[in-house]
Amino acid sequence: MSHAHEHAHEHQDATPKALSATGKWGMVIDQDLCTGCQACVAACAMENNLSFIGEDDVAYGRSMQWIRIERYWQGEYPKVSMTDYQPMMCQQCGNAPCEPVCPVYASVHSASEDLNVQVYNRCIGTRYCANNCPYQVREFNWRDWPLPEPMSNRLNPDVTVRQRGVMEKCTFCIQRIHTGENTAAAANRDVLDGEVVPACAQACPANAITFGRIDDPTTQVAQLAQDSRGYHQLEEMNTLPRVTYLKGGSKHGSNG
Amino acid sequence: MAVTAKALPHAHAQEEHEDPREHLMLDPRPRGEMNAMAMEAMLSTNWKFWLVIVILAATVAYCLFYEWGVLIFEGQGVAGVTRPDYWGVFLVDVVFWIGISHAGTFISALLRVLKVEARRPFTRAAELMTTFGLVQAGISVFLHLGRVWLTYWMIPLPNQRGLWPDFHSPLMWDFMAITTYLLCSTMYLYMPLIPDLAMARDRSTGWRKLLYRVMALGFRGNEFQWKHLTTAMNIFAFAIIPVMFSVHTIVSWDFAMASRPGWSSTVFGPYFVIGALHSGIAAVLLVLFLIRSTMKHMDYFLRLEHFDFLGKLSLVISMIWAYFYFNDYIVPWYGGGTIEKTLLDFLARGPASPLWYAMLFCNIVVPWAILWNKNWRRKPWLLALVGIAVNIGMYLERYIIIPVTVTITRDPFTWRLYHPAIEIPITIGMFALFLLLYMLASRIIPLIPVWEVEEGQAAHSLRKLGKTEVVSLSELE
Repeated sequence: MSHAHEHAHEHQDATPKALSATGKWGMVIDQDLCTGCQACVAACAMENNLSFIGEDDVAYGRSMQWIRIERYWQGEYPKVSMTDYQPMMCQQCGNAPCEPVCPVYASVHSASEDLNVQVYNRCIGTRYCANNCPYQVREFNWRDWPLPEPMSNRLNPDVTVRQRGVMEKCTFCIQRIHTGENTAAAANRDVLDGEVVPACAQACPANAITFGRIDDPTTQVAQLAQDSRGYHQLEEMNTLPRVTYLKGGSKHGSNG
Repeated sequence: MAVTAKALPHAHAQEEHEDPREHLMLDPRPRGEMNAMAMEAMLSTNWKFWLVIVILAATVAYCLFYEWGVLIFEGQGVAGVTRPDYWGVFLVDVVFWIGISHAGTFISALLRVLKVEARRPFTRAAELMTTFGLVQAGISVFLHLGRVWLTYWMIPLPNQRGLWPDFHSPLMWDFMAITTYLLCSTMYLYMPLIPDLAMARDRSTGWRKLLYRVMALGFRGNEFQWKHLTTAMNIFAFAIIPVMFSVHTIVSWDFAMASRPGWSSTVFGPYFVIGALHSGIAAVLLVLFLIRSTMKHMDYFLRLEHFDFLGKLSLVISMIWAYFYFNDYIVPWYGGGTIEKTLLDFLARGPASPLWYAMLFCNIVVPWAILWNKNWRRKPWLLALVGIAVNIGMYLERYIIIPVTVTITRDPFTWRLYHPAIEIPITIGMFALFLLLYMLASRIIPLIPVWEVEEGQAAHSLRKLGKTEVVSLSELE
């Protein structure tokens, strides 16, 4: 076992893993910086082998996105203005509503990474997890969407391709986390801050997404999460999300 | 067996104009004749019967099995489900059919335990609905699953990998409850059937003789066998009542345990049980009307008093249902949570509000407007119409609870209306399958529990004792 793993165990022995307030890996999204360009959406689709859905199904609301940019308006017509863009992905809840409802343990909590993971092979498609997700970020494979040549050549070999009838969702790019941890373990050191970058954060031209070890107070992500603008989505649900949003406002000059 | 004969002489005294022979229990016929009537009702078919069978079978083959094949090979995408309506009409069907199945147990077990005489001729008709309703519910669960070929992973099978189902999940409770209920209700259907199967065995030839001989388990009607059979039935009647209440409570927990606005409600357990009885008794009314108007001799067994009785029951249940629905609506409204208020506004004023008003009309206005009147309660066709209305209303109720309610999520960006697609033909196919199974069963097993009717009539018959006639009540408390 690597040093990093031992560190994690020492750190979290006091509380059950699924309920530790901060978690191990965390993300901060600055809504002031987000321009809504959807580069993260595209990068995520490429990295994680998301299916191409096609016009008909997308028009019916079956877009396959592990991260999506939500847009809202505020005020009464005609005085409406847009609120800040809100990127939404799996919040990797410490107390995840999707986990206890799965009858076959397909939606489980990773003890080593303190992430919420989906076991594709085990999923039988009851869709209870997606139903119970307050953030509605779980994506279902409604069909086997075609993957004709040459598109099949773009598949990422580190990520499983999913079958119809299976639930999937954002993994915090767990394949990149593992690569980073393995590299660090081979060099007999801890994972460095900024060494593991998920596809969305890597692609973001405005650097609105920051990722790293939230349980280490020296990292950039842990410090940003302490920002006074920080909040969690649907905090009243007590899901203990691992994603912290930094409220926008300077852009519209309304509140800071 | 004990009998609540009190009501009958009382009814006499009150309404002198009424002929006591209107009551099945006071209009006895010789046992041989009654047996022959039950046999004839079972054996007689005509071309119309077979025509309906062929039409239903074709509907089942195309709408259910072919379309189900499409669903399995194409994926759930051919259905209308999408985010946030991950649960659609198939789960509406599950709840609806489990609701239908409650009538059988309620009428057969609860009324048997409470010694309600009016139940006697139609217990089996109701029990058959229980068993076939549960078959439908089971099929609907399979229809809903994304990878139905792996359903067996929900069964706790010991295996080398140590994989086990998660008993935290309400779906596992549901799976266990439905399986238990199906087993219990099938046995409970079978046990009172044994004396009638023995009766049929003694009066048939050919393949039927063989079938009934096997199924009657050598029942000869001696004291020893009756004693054991009635003991077993008694135990089952008492044991199945809590099972019945628990099943629909657990089905409601699929929703009540979830963290969705409109679902996480503590009243859902009893509310669902009453809803199940509401639709179940309405379905019994409809089926009794169909049996009575199509099968031979049924106007002897199924009388206006029985429709009258079920009509009263339906009215009371409708009132209880309205009370529970009022609670389910008013408490979240009073609580005033933003998302709950949005949901209630959406139900009452949103694009699906016609369904909501239709539900209230069918479930409350129709039964209350019709069933209060004794003369109207004694018109079987009118009660059949009430039965249809209540079943439409209860189907809409489940439709509103599942795909309409889940439209309103905590993430407004995902709000989206649900439109059923392949669910429509498949649901039609399932109704056809229910009717098909029921019609075939009505020609294979005696639909009237003749021995129960005979038992009741014997208990109510008058006997000469010296110069007076006395009611021969064998075991009245």
